[in-house]
Amino acid sequence: MKDWRFLVREQRGTLIAVALFLVMFTIYVSYHPAGFTLNVVTTASNKGVLLAFVAMAQTLVVVTAGIDLSLGMIFVLTNCLASWLVAGSPLETAFGVVAVLAAGLVCGMINGLIVIYGRLQPIVTTIATGAIYFGIALLLRPVPGGEVNQDLADALTGKLFGRVPASLVVLLAVVVVIWIPFRRSLTGRAAYATGSSEAAAYMSGVPIRRARFVAYSLAGLLAGIGGLFLTFFTYSGEASAANGNTYTLYSIAAVVLGGVSLFGGVGSAIGAIFGAFVFRTIGDLLFVFDLEPLWQPLFQGMVLLLAVCLGAFRLLQIRNRLDYFG
Amino acid sequence: MESNDAQPAARPLLVLARWFDPSVAIAFGCIVMLLLLGSLYSPSFLSPEYLLQQLKVASFLGVIATGMMLVILLGQIDLSVPWVVALGGMMSSAIAGWGPVGEALAIPFGIGCGIGIGLLNGIGVAYLRIPSMIITLAMNAVVQGLMVLYTGGFSPQDSASAAMRFLATGFIIPNLPNSVLVWAAIGALTVFVLTRTTFGRAIYAIGNSERAAYLSGAPTQRVVMTTFAISGGLSAFAGVLLAGYASKAAQAMGDPYLLPAIAAVVLGGTSILGGRGTYLGTVAGVILITLLQSILSVMQIAEAGRQIIYGVVIIAMMLLYGRERSASNR
Repeated sequence: MKDWRFLVREQRGTLIAVALFLVMFTIYVSYHPAGFTLNVVTTASNKGVLLAFVAMAQTLVVVTAGIDLSLGMIFVLTNCLASWLVAGSPLETAFGVVAVLAAGLVCGMINGLIVIYGRLQPIVTTIATGAIYFGIALLLRPVPGGEVNQDLADALTGKLFGRVPASLVVLLAVVVVIWIPFRRSLTGRAAYATGSSEAAAYMSGVPIRRARFVAYSLAGLLAGIGGLFLTFFTYSGEASAANGNTYTLYSIAAVVLGGVSLFGGVGSAIGAIFGAFVFRTIGDLLFVFDLEPLWQPLFQGMVLLLAVCLGAFRLLQIRNRLDYFG
Repeated sequence: MESNDAQPAARPLLVLARWFDPSVAIAFGCIVMLLLLGSLYSPSFLSPEYLLQQLKVASFLGVIATGMMLVILLGQIDLSVPWVVALGGMMSSAIAGWGPVGEALAIPFGIGCGIGIGLLNGIGVAYLRIPSMIITLAMNAVVQGLMVLYTGGFSPQDSASAAMRFLATGFIIPNLPNSVLVWAAIGALTVFVLTRTTFGRAIYAIGNSERAAYLSGAPTQRVVMTTFAISGGLSAFAGVLLAGYASKAAQAMGDPYLLPAIAAVVLGGTSILGGRGTYLGTVAGVILITLLQSILSVMQIAEAGRQIIYGVVIIAMMLLYGRERSASNR
C-alpha cells in the first residue's frame, strides 16, 4: 500500500469529522439569511472554540484510556478566576492571564497525581475533584459578576486584520504550540502506547506515568484556556454547575464525533476540534431551519445517539465471535 | 464436595470470613464516626427521629444506587440516571391525571418508561457494543429532549397520585417511613438475585471477564441488556417516589442523584471495573453519603464548602481502600 493510504486509514476518524463539519456548515451558511459572511463565520467560530478547547483537553486524557469528568468544572473555575484577575492595566492583565492558565494546569496536575500515584480510577477521581473545583469556583463567585479587560476581550473575540476570526487564530496557535509538539514528542507517543495497552507499554519500558501525568496536566491547561475565553465572551464569571456539567458531557460527545476512541490509543485533537464544531453546528442548524427552540435538546440528543450508533459498524468486520467481548 | 468436609461449627465462621470485606467495614466505621462527630455538635444527631429521617432521605438514593451498583458490577456505568429519574416522575404524574384508571396505572407506567429506556441502553451496550458511558450519555440527552418537549421547559402541573404519595411519605408500620420499606424490599430482592440466582452470578462473572463468562455458556448479552433495563426501571421508580415525596415532578429533579449514586456504590467497596462488591457495601455507601450531606448542611456550611469537603472526603476514603494495584505489580 502506498503511504497516503496508510495515512488516510490512520486519520479516518479525523477526516470523517472534517467532512461532516464541512457538509453541515455548508448547509448552515447556505440557509442562513446573511449567507457566507465574515460576521456569520466569526459568531460560529466564537461559539465553537469554547467547546473545541475543552474537547481538545478531553482528547489528551481519553487517548491514554482515561477520562476527565472534572474538565467542565476546571473550565468554570478558571472562568471565575479570570473574572477577578484579568483586568486593569496591561501588566496586571498579563499577570492575570498567566495566573489563570497556571490554575488550570495545577487542577490538571492534581487530577494526574491522584490518578497515577493514588492509583484511583479516573472516573471517580475526577468526579470528586470536579466537586472540589466547583466549590472553589463558588467561593470565588457566589453570585455571577466580575469584569475583564475589555480591549483584550474584544481583540480576541473579534476579527484579526478585519479578515480572520481572532478566536480561530488563537485555536490554531494552541494546536501548534501545545498539541503538535505533544503528539510528536516521546511523551505523546507514550500516551498513545499507554492507551493502546498499558501492560505492553509498561513491558516495553515506555514512561507510562510521565505520559499520563503530562496528558492530565495539559488537559487542565487547555480547559483553563477555554475558561479564559468564556470570560472574554461573557465579560464576567459565573459558578454554574449546569454549565460545567454541560461542557464535560459535550466534550465527551465532541471527542466521540471526532473519531477518538474511548478505549484509548486512537484519535487526534484535530478530530475532536472538528467534532466540537459539528456539535455546535447541529445546534445552529435548528435556528436557520426555524424550528422551535424546544426541539433543540431532542435534536442534539438524537444526532449524538445516531453518531455513537455508527460506531457499531465495526462489528461487521469482526470475524471471531470472541472479539465481540474484547 | 468441600463444604461437607468442613466442621459444622467452623462453617459459619468461614462464611463470615468470605463475606467480610474491609472496605464495607471502613464504610460502616466512617458512618459511626460521622454520627459521633455530629453528636458533638448537637446531641439530636443520635435521636431516632433524626436517624429515621436520614434513612427516609437515603432511600431515594438507595433505590438509584441499587441499579447503578448492578451496572457497575458488570464493569459498565449508567449516566442516563438524571433524566430517567425525571422521566419516571413526570410520566407517572402525567398518567395519574387520567381519572381512576390513570391513578392505578401511574406507578407501573412510570417504571415501565424507565425500563424501556434502560432496555435501549442495554441493547446498545450488549449487542451494538457501544461503550456504556457514551450510549447512556446520549440516551440521557434524548430523554431530556423528550421531556423538555413534553413539558415545554417548565415544571409540569400534574400532581402525583395518592398511591405515589403513600409509597413515599406514608406509614404502614408506625414511625417507619414507607420509602424505607420500599428500599429494604428492593435491597432484599437484590441480595437474593446477586447471591442465589444464576443471573446474579452471571453479573459477577461478566464483570470479571465477559469472554470467560461467554465461553462458560452464560448468556452474557442477555444478562447485560436485562441489567441495564433493571437499572433504568429502578431510576424511574426513584423518580416516582421523589414525585410522590414532593407531590409533583420537576425539571432536572434527577440531576443531584447521578454523582452521589456512583460515589455511594464505589465508597461501598464495589470495584468500578466490575466483578467485585457486595450490596451491604452499597447500603453503607448510600447512608454515608446521605449523612455527610445532611451533617454539612446542618452545620450551615455554605454550598461551596460543602462541595469541597464532599470531594475531599470521597478522595480520602478511596485512597484508604479503593486503590488499584500498580502496573508493575499486576
